[in-house]
Amino acid sequence: MISQFFILSSKGDPLIYKDFRGDSGGRDVAELFYRKLTGLPGDESPVVMVTTGGRRHHDGRHFIHIRHSSLYLVVTTSENVSPFSLLELLSRLATLLGDYCGSLGEGTISRNVALVYELLDEVLDYGYVQTTSTEMLRNFIQTEAVVSKPFSLFDLSSVGLFGAETQQSKVAPSSAASRPVLSSRSDQSQKNEVFLDVVERLSVLIASNGSLLKVDVQGEIRLKSFLPSGSEMRIGLTEEFCVGKSELRGYGPGIRVDEVSFHSSVNLDEFESHRILRLQPPQGELTVMRYQLSDDLPSPLPFRLFPSVQWDRGSGRTTLEPKPRPVSLNVRLHLPLPRGVVSLSQELSSPEQKAELAEGALRWDLPRVQGGSQLSGLFQMDVPGPPGPPSHGLSTSAPPLGLGPASLSFELPRHTCSGLQVRFLRLAFRPCGNANPHKWVRHLSHSDAYVIRI
Amino acid sequence: MPYLGSEDVVKELKKALCNPHIQADRLRYRNVIQRVIRMPGVQEYIQQPILNGLRDKASYVRRVAVLGCAKMHNLHGDSEVDGALVNELYSLLRDQDPIVVVNCLRSLEEILKLEGGVVINKPIAHHLLNRMSKLDQWGQAEVLNFLLRYQPRSEEELFDILNLLDSFLKSSSPGVVMGATKLFLILAKKFPHVQTDVLVRVKGPLLAACSSESRELCFVALCHVRQILHSLPGHFSSHYKKFFCSYSEPHYIKLQKVEVLCELVNDENVQQVLEELRGYCTDVSADFAQAAIFAIGGIARTYTDQCVQILTELLGLRQEHITTVVVQTFRDLVWLCPQCTEAVCQALPGCEENIQDSEGKQALIWLLGVHGERIPNAPYVLEDFVENVKSETFPAVKMELLTALLRLFLSRPAECQDMLGRLLYYCIEEEKDMAVRDRGLFYYRLLLVGIDEVKRILCSPKSDPTLGLLEDPAERPVNSWASDFNTLVPVYGKAHWATISKCQGAERCGPELPKTSSFAASGPLIPEDNKEREQELPDSGALMLVPNRQLTADYFEKTWLSLKVAHQQVLPWRGEFHPDTLQMALQVVNIQTIAMSRAGTRPWKAYLSAQDDTGCLFLTELLLEPENSEMQISVKQNEARTETLNSFISVLETVIGTIEEIKS
Repeated sequence: MISQFFILSSKGDPLIYKDFRGDSGGRDVAELFYRKLTGLPGDESPVVMVTTGGRRHHDGRHFIHIRHSSLYLVVTTSENVSPFSLLELLSRLATLLGDYCGSLGEGTISRNVALVYELLDEVLDYGYVQTTSTEMLRNFIQTEAVVSKPFSLFDLSSVGLFGAETQQSKVAPSSAASRPVLSSRSDQSQKNEVFLDVVERLSVLIASNGSLLKVDVQGEIRLKSFLPSGSEMRIGLTEEFCVGKSELRGYGPGIRVDEVSFHSSVNLDEFESHRILRLQPPQGELTVMRYQLSDDLPSPLPFRLFPSVQWDRGSGRTTLEPKPRPVSLNVRLHLPLPRGVVSLSQELSSPEQKAELAEGALRWDLPRVQGGSQLSGLFQMDVPGPPGPPSHGLSTSAPPLGLGPASLSFELPRHTCSGLQVRFLRLAFRPCGNANPHKWVRHLSHSDAYVIRI
Repeated sequence: MPYLGSEDVVKELKKALCNPHIQADRLRYRNVIQRVIRMPGVQEYIQQPILNGLRDKASYVRRVAVLGCAKMHNLHGDSEVDGALVNELYSLLRDQDPIVVVNCLRSLEEILKLEGGVVINKPIAHHLLNRMSKLDQWGQAEVLNFLLRYQPRSEEELFDILNLLDSFLKSSSPGVVMGATKLFLILAKKFPHVQTDVLVRVKGPLLAACSSESRELCFVALCHVRQILHSLPGHFSSHYKKFFCSYSEPHYIKLQKVEVLCELVNDENVQQVLEELRGYCTDVSADFAQAAIFAIGGIARTYTDQCVQILTELLGLRQEHITTVVVQTFRDLVWLCPQCTEAVCQALPGCEENIQDSEGKQALIWLLGVHGERIPNAPYVLEDFVENVKSETFPAVKMELLTALLRLFLSRPAECQDMLGRLLYYCIEEEKDMAVRDRGLFYYRLLLVGIDEVKRILCSPKSDPTLGLLEDPAERPVNSWASDFNTLVPVYGKAHWATISKCQGAERCGPELPKTSSFAASGPLIPEDNKEREQELPDSGALMLVPNRQLTADYFEKTWLSLKVAHQQVLPWRGEFHPDTLQMALQVVNIQTIAMSRAGTRPWKAYLSAQDDTGCLFLTELLLEPENSEMQISVKQNEARTETLNSFISVLETVIGTIEEIKS
């Protein structure tokens, strides 16, 4: 049971405030939440907070919030509820608001206040969830979303173009999917699009001797459909896709994941035999499938980094040689440096590149790196040595405290680390009087934590 | 709500409600019910439309009407439960629309709150179980929660239910999976193997949540993992890599992960886990580094040698924030695991240069005192401390130094005698802190009695391995926490939760309430009416006093002298006065007593301090003059804010007023 729901901007301004039960102290609860959040000691978690103190109205009220695209979505409750359900509800609300308003952000929320309140009215009644299905909600929502810029397919200025395997072999801009699902009822022509993304998050830990300590891949197949609801589609996955350690399919090494879970609306009749998922997606965003894979990755790691450190009496040379296999975008290399580095000189493999020093760490940004290429960066720094003679077997050639570990963040378009591919996406639906719906299939891996110890 | 207030609006709504065609438009119906419900003076108009709504053809209207019943009931407040309405709602549990069914449960729960909520008997339970698959994830989670109160009659029925619920353990929604897990744990409380089996099956979803993209979900899942680990320590051992911290994670997740790592360590993974934790010890964030060192100290109770070696290497880094925590860890460790004393004693020399804070110094001095005979340079290190005792700022360090030096004097008298004399002289003659001075005098007199007596008193055992067993209780049975699973309790932690529910006051009096018995034991200090009064405090201004903000007397005095009186007031006071009662009562509202005169002194004075959550300090002087039978209150504030000042004063007034009432 939820007492209140509110959305705060990153600066703490309330954008949306809704009181469901009238048993609370009013709007200053939002302010109280933000004050508590910013005043929290470092070792306490902000996820769930409680108010205590002498005041009757705010006493024993739990705040549960998520942070989503720099907004705080907060619910308050005075009962001992399931935290899993509430967090799930909050992220579902975030997706829902994203579906209706285009993308979620401070601007879109404040432009669509009426729409948001209308949605909240339908989703929650007296603090109880009624429904969150886009399908049921669309019957009741009258307000149109206000979009800041009209969507144009030719708006190709943004970076991050993903290739799309479609019969038209067109390329959709990355912003194409971020428009309201249900807006522009009149403008039917543009609506027949469906986006299918295979997104993998990679977290890797590599020891200083180059051995792999941990690999963890979290994959998701996300669908964003602009098609009329009820149209059936079939998604064909790679046939060699195996679940669990024991299953064997095909002849090659196969693509193996440890665990898979599907959205409840997915029909798995053909999954065992042909690895085909059948579903009738509602409009909007939907996570069709989630999978995890840890420890044995079928393909070699997408990124290698060869670090070497030479250290001698307070000055040192660190060489970093990143080597990506596929094309990578937005590569950022982050290397914490010891406290008190006095001078830093750099020698990078190409003169356009630049590494900079920020917040006690080295940051080397590479917007785009060709696959198979090798880069190198040589950094030379001086650190004033610690006072007193070194003892306890610590030699002067050991690097000082605080150097490394290096972490990489990157995006790999058209690449999945598990090797999972979408073979096809077929729609049973034929729109009357319209051209074939556009189908965009994208594969993307990005790093969650890619850490190399030095 | 914007709908309160205007007369016209009320009239308009009354008209609308009397209109039989109101249900023609579902949206309008919903809106009218939703809004009218909070308005005074229209209740008699609501009843009929709601009852009609319960039988409406459109499921949308029924949904709204069912919840409308609960709203109506809560609005009436003390009104009696309408039996016919309750029966109607029970029969609506058979409704075609799944949301109507779930809303009925919610509505009944609210209406029957005083009678213990909605009753789940066998037909209802089985009906709900059969409808489960038709519900959406929110409904499923909620119904699973309602089913918790159903007691199957026989074992056979129990296992039938568990079979029916099996598919929900595989749901893609974590809320449903955890709800189903809890139901399994509760229903199968007499079958430990079923419980273990369920916890094995929930491992996958929990681990997936732990590496979820949503930080918040990840945090909640980690808290539940810890809860399970308390009962099944080996449960996640093979998945230890999932709990390695990554660079970008927020602090609170890292701390949880370190705790989990600490708890799941076993013979196979100890090497890798320690390796990983060692990496964290040099993290740029000092807090996190210290948490990691404490975690290694925790593991050291089982795997002493490896951990002591790592900790010793850390001392070599000569970093202040690391050394102090390592020494504190050592202190706790030698007490619990005497076998590592030798290694610790070898590592200690040289540490004193890198310790500046009070906790670290105390730990080091304690170690030097207790195990001084094994550390060759112990007297010289302590001598340095004695030399600098005048500039030492922490009284606790001085006390520790006195005890340690006296202990060391017993084992190495020749080296210590001179400086012990100097230290005692300083403490007795020059020290301003009374506690230190008293301790010095105590030791001085003890020495006068004779060395044997000193030995008898100071040479207590140097370690107590049994304490470790007491400290981490053996595996707790699953049943002890099953009812807390999938609630906020594991998220807050059991101890914190106990204080929260305590604070929530009398109206929710659960089993936690007797925690206040420390007050109750010493007489009827805080009678019930006092608590109620506390809650009736005026709402103006957002005042929240922070507990346990004890100021030192010095600081208080300095601040007191530097500030001007912000408020002064005189309260009437008659009869006798019990300072202890007042102090206790003030403590309840988080006002600390810094100093006060003894009972019976006239005029009687007390100095109080309190701090609110924004850091604003309130310093107060109470002056009681029995002759004039009045109490004078002067309040000083370090930030001038009138509204918080006013609410602080009203808190103070309430407390003092209550105390006087008790007596009269």
